[in-house]
Amino acid sequence: MGTILKNLGRFTLLRGVALFVTVLIGVYLTVAIANMGGAMDEALKMQIRLEVTQLVYQNPDYFNLPQTELQRLVDDLTQTRVRQEGLDKPFLERSVGYTRNAITLSLGRSESIMSDSGSRLVRNILLERLPSTLLLLGTSQMLLFFLALFWALFLSRRYGSFIDRAVIALAPTSAAPAWFYGLFLILIFAAILKVMPWGGMVVSPPPQTTLGTIVSILRHLILPVGAVLMGAIFSSIYNWRTFFLMYSSEDYVELAKAKGLRSRDIERRYILRPTMPPILTSFLLIVITMWMGAIVLETVFNWPGLGSLYYAAIQTGDTPIIVGTVVIFGYLLAATVFLLDFLYAALDPRVRLSFGGGRS
Amino acid sequence: MRTLRELRRYPSAVLGLSIIGVFIIVSIVTIIAIPYDEGIRLWRGGPGVWDYNARRAAPVWFDWFTPDRLPRTMVMYLDDATMTKELIGDGMERVEIIFDFEYPYDGFPKEFTLFFDGNLTAGRADLSFYWWRPDGQVITVAQNRSIRGISGRYPISQDTDLREMLGAPPHVGLFAEDLDVKTAEMKPLKGDYRMMIEGEMPVGDEFHQVEMVVYGRVEGWGGTDHLRRDLIVGLLWGAPIGLIFGVLAAVGAQVSTFVLAGIGTWFGGKVDFIFRRLTELNMILPFLAILIMVAHLYSPSIWVILGIVIALNVFSASYLTYRAMFLQAKELPYIEAAQAYGAGSFRIVFTYLLPRALPILLPQFVMIIPTFVFLEATLAVLGLGDPQLATWGKMINDARQYSAMYMGQYYWMVLPSILLMTVGLGFALLGFSLDRVFNPRLREL
Repeated sequence: MGTILKNLGRFTLLRGVALFVTVLIGVYLTVAIANMGGAMDEALKMQIRLEVTQLVYQNPDYFNLPQTELQRLVDDLTQTRVRQEGLDKPFLERSVGYTRNAITLSLGRSESIMSDSGSRLVRNILLERLPSTLLLLGTSQMLLFFLALFWALFLSRRYGSFIDRAVIALAPTSAAPAWFYGLFLILIFAAILKVMPWGGMVVSPPPQTTLGTIVSILRHLILPVGAVLMGAIFSSIYNWRTFFLMYSSEDYVELAKAKGLRSRDIERRYILRPTMPPILTSFLLIVITMWMGAIVLETVFNWPGLGSLYYAAIQTGDTPIIVGTVVIFGYLLAATVFLLDFLYAALDPRVRLSFGGGRS
Repeated sequence: MRTLRELRRYPSAVLGLSIIGVFIIVSIVTIIAIPYDEGIRLWRGGPGVWDYNARRAAPVWFDWFTPDRLPRTMVMYLDDATMTKELIGDGMERVEIIFDFEYPYDGFPKEFTLFFDGNLTAGRADLSFYWWRPDGQVITVAQNRSIRGISGRYPISQDTDLREMLGAPPHVGLFAEDLDVKTAEMKPLKGDYRMMIEGEMPVGDEFHQVEMVVYGRVEGWGGTDHLRRDLIVGLLWGAPIGLIFGVLAAVGAQVSTFVLAGIGTWFGGKVDFIFRRLTELNMILPFLAILIMVAHLYSPSIWVILGIVIALNVFSASYLTYRAMFLQAKELPYIEAAQAYGAGSFRIVFTYLLPRALPILLPQFVMIIPTFVFLEATLAVLGLGDPQLATWGKMINDARQYSAMYMGQYYWMVLPSILLMTVGLGFALLGFSLDRVFNPRLREL
């Protein structure tokens, strides 16, 4: 047991470090792309200018100065600050600083977007939106995983039946992304039947009681989660059922059957267990697409999360928010990979016992 | 050839292939019938392009499913009218233009507008408008209204004075059977109507174009949007754009991954290690977010986007799938034989190793196409569609932006969506069948 834990710990640590380096490179790339046209420099200079202007105009010593003089003062001070912050240095040098700022999400103030609590700090705005995105996508991913898993297991037992063939026939529908089904769900349930909300997270005005709020949020969750499920569940069931069928035709399963083990035990010990690693890998790819899909899904459903924040930032051209959101999406992807890697390692005996295997 | 014959055994493959075939034919016909520049011009619209189309009107075939006969747009030109001129002295003449027409529909028009064009010395003319109804009533629409001589228009349906007088929007009131019932319960009066336009103008002044447009509630095969554009242009042009974008992106992304996987696996060691790390890095890069950022900061042109999509997908997750395949193929005896006769590394990779794994590539390639077709739509729905071209995604975006769903104009969103879905399904069906043909292990399952 001790060695297992030690191996697992070492594996986790190494993966964590590797992933962090990957995120670092990813953020650096993001910063580099964002600044190819000078967008980040512009944003920073504007912020410095804004701060300097405020300082100059609020300073009682300068109250009597004429307008042109004040303006010159602002220009001069801005120049000095720009030099102080190293904005005139070559990009390679600046980009290191930018990356450090982006990694810690200390991206200063947004240009126009404000958080609900009235803050203009990019970090506050991002962190305020994070929980609703986690709620929406977390619920969808959990539901998708367990529903698809049980359904796939169920179908692998009823191989060739009508329902099995129906799911195979439906698998190609996963070619369309979640937002696409979302539009149809809105059309049917909000526009025509008028039984579901058009979008948003709670009714407005918000309910007085906590219970009322929870019920309202759950009601608003139904359509977007439904859309995510429609966009991914059939191909997942199809793929995972195929994995189950492959592993259930292995010799050791036949042997277990011959030994007279109960089919429930066979399923759990000999089929489910070895199938988990490929299923986790396939789920990982789905989840990665899902995080990215959140941008459009939240926009379509007007869900107040990171995705719709990103959309709003694009609409208003708010560079600090744009960069910040890309970074936080990078974190979310890395966290997903990390979590699933950990599960993978915990399930895969090669990693648990000897350390050295792992995914890929 | 053998593959084709085998594919015929799968109904889903036949269906998928036929769908793709139909869309390819439609694309070719579209490109010939509405050339690229013409498509851009039509979609940009502007004055004179879509003036005589109803705004936000459903497709004409909607009418087939409704018991009522829905109004079509009626355009009447000066040739359809009778014009009389009469000298009244002082170098002035009295001009009278009469439009006679029958209104046979069960619904009210959407709008009612008169367009004018002519050489007027003063640049303007004062005209009076009278309306004869089938029941004999005569309504004074406007008196001495100043009309411009160059692209002059009189939007009767927006005339607030007339609206007040009738107690209903003019395009409803003028055609109403009974003005005393509530607007919602009004019914149109069918029969012969007459619009008389009269005015006094200096001799020599002339309107050479006068058009009366009674806008209908159904228009064109695809309906129209908020800019009166016929959606059929967008629906048709969406096909070649969607196909080209999807196929080119899939070729660029999958084939490059495939080749790199071959090279990485063959050389192994450091090359393979670096390629695998790059694949992992690529997996964690927030692909769509970066793509949106680039489209926003630099250029939303569809061809630039295509390039970036390919660049960001060179080391896609398929690398690992292909690698697993190549690792097996690498050990096969015929590769060893090639080495023995002294073939170079690249020769082995390109002529022996890569072809071996084509059966894996082909289904993956076909199955990934819908992803890219939808990717274009995804960007468009975020408002980052190509600024010039008409695509299905942009139509969906317009429909969302201009609240087509709130206002019940479902066709606007549903038609492009159905086309998107159909193309997506076509490729997905074909891909799934190819997978079964090429990977026999799946066939039994």
